[in-house]
Amino acid sequence: MTEETLLKTPLYDLHVAAGGKMVPFAGYAMPVQYPLGIMKEHIHTREKAGLFDVSHMGQAYIRGIGDVDPAKALEKIMPGALAVLKPGKMRYTLLLNDEGGIEDDLMVTRTFEPDGMLYVVVNAAFKDKDYAIIEEKLAGQVTLEPLDDRALIALQGPKAEAVLASIAPEVVDLGFMEATMVTLGGVVCWVSRSGYTGEDGYEISVPADEVAEFAAKLLEHEDVEWIGLGARDSLRLEAGLCLSGHDFDGNISPVAAKVTFALGKKRREDGDFVGRDRILKELAEGAETVRVGIIPSGRAPAREGTPIADMDGNEIGTVTSGGFGPTVGGPVAMGYVPAAFADIGTDIQLMIRGKGHPAKVAKTPFIEQRYVRKTANK
Amino acid sequence: MIKYSEDHEWVSVDGDTATIGITDYAQNALGDIVFVELPEVGATFAKGDEVSVVESVKAASEVYAAVSGEVTEINEALEGEPALVNSAPTTDGWFFKVKLSDAGELDDLMGEDAYKSFIEGL
Repeated sequence: MTEETLLKTPLYDLHVAAGGKMVPFAGYAMPVQYPLGIMKEHIHTREKAGLFDVSHMGQAYIRGIGDVDPAKALEKIMPGALAVLKPGKMRYTLLLNDEGGIEDDLMVTRTFEPDGMLYVVVNAAFKDKDYAIIEEKLAGQVTLEPLDDRALIALQGPKAEAVLASIAPEVVDLGFMEATMVTLGGVVCWVSRSGYTGEDGYEISVPADEVAEFAAKLLEHEDVEWIGLGARDSLRLEAGLCLSGHDFDGNISPVAAKVTFALGKKRREDGDFVGRDRILKELAEGAETVRVGIIPSGRAPAREGTPIADMDGNEIGTVTSGGFGPTVGGPVAMGYVPAAFADIGTDIQLMIRGKGHPAKVAKTPFIEQRYVRKTANK
Repeated sequence: MIKYSEDHEWVSVDGDTATIGITDYAQNALGDIVFVELPEVGATFAKGDEVSVVESVKAASEVYAAVSGEVTEINEALEGEPALVNSAPTTDGWFFKVKLSDAGELDDLMGEDAYKSFIEGL
């Protein structure tokens, strides 16, 4: 894809003006880093507040046709407890295929609309695929409306609350995974207390033609810096969060990917979703290979695709995400190994450039998640 | 005498030994460097061989030998402090020293002014 054909988010000019190094990502020209650099951007987010442009992600409304509850309809292809979502509550869930593999992960939020309309956010790289699956599998039950006229930004870090509250004090009342409509500087925005960095923070859906002004206002705050895709990746890796299409894909089940927290308890009992036979079987018996956290003993980062071997040198798996964790202060990774090697502390080797480097299976997240919960989440 | 390659390495020659590192332009393009994989002392390589790997937070980049030779010394300080490559690319952030096997190869490299024009054209 040439530079001319790359899509631009409504914040493109602001990124360029801020010295963002623009790279192709999921069909968009996106900032991988700013002059601060990935390391400092990462640390800044953990210590203060980082501003991320995530407008390339897919935002959509899903409505039920007739009397259909769109959340109930989605439960056929998503194993989370969605029908129980009350207005303003959101949930991380998975889009499954008929084999119980994970096509994508997404956030589903119940809006305050009387018809129970949902607001969903899916990964940029898979939005066309996800929308097609939803429209095909749930034809006649729901309609999906992509929100192409809205930008999406994330403000993440321990200072995010104070920064956003200086514009809209009511955001303090939101707990983790709660959302509401807020007027921010005269602009009506959809704000949720959520993110993918392991930090407290907010994701804010803003009309595309208003977002540049709003972002500029946030950046006026001394605690706020632009953060690029590079630090976004190292932050989510340290937080032990999966990157769709890398840490799982359509061949991998939620049990193997160890994202079973996304399977509603009641939903497991009812078992009324695609791919159920495999998922329930793996829940009972365990998956053959599972995702684990990995801490290399040395300093060499193990990137995605690095083979994992046992201590005798037999190849047993592959790294799916890996790099340097600035907060950890060393390399961290995630990958798949046979269940017999999944216990925390198991010695393994990472075959970096053909040479074995010792490592240990480790717990994730690699850092402490600092979500702010206001009410008990069911 | 300092020479430069199109792959942004510097080669500082003292007799038949050369000290090799990456340029300020290269470290700036790579970003925060978190690991440098150096060759072993005694290793021999030909010009163009992959001789080292530089890892930034984001990615791994190969370093290809600008000259042929045998490694006589490596900068062990980089193991504990790879960020020296960012802070002092042409001094404390040197990579390794080689005994040149073909001093004539130096003629293929650029001088200071030529390298400056080269990076301005990038």
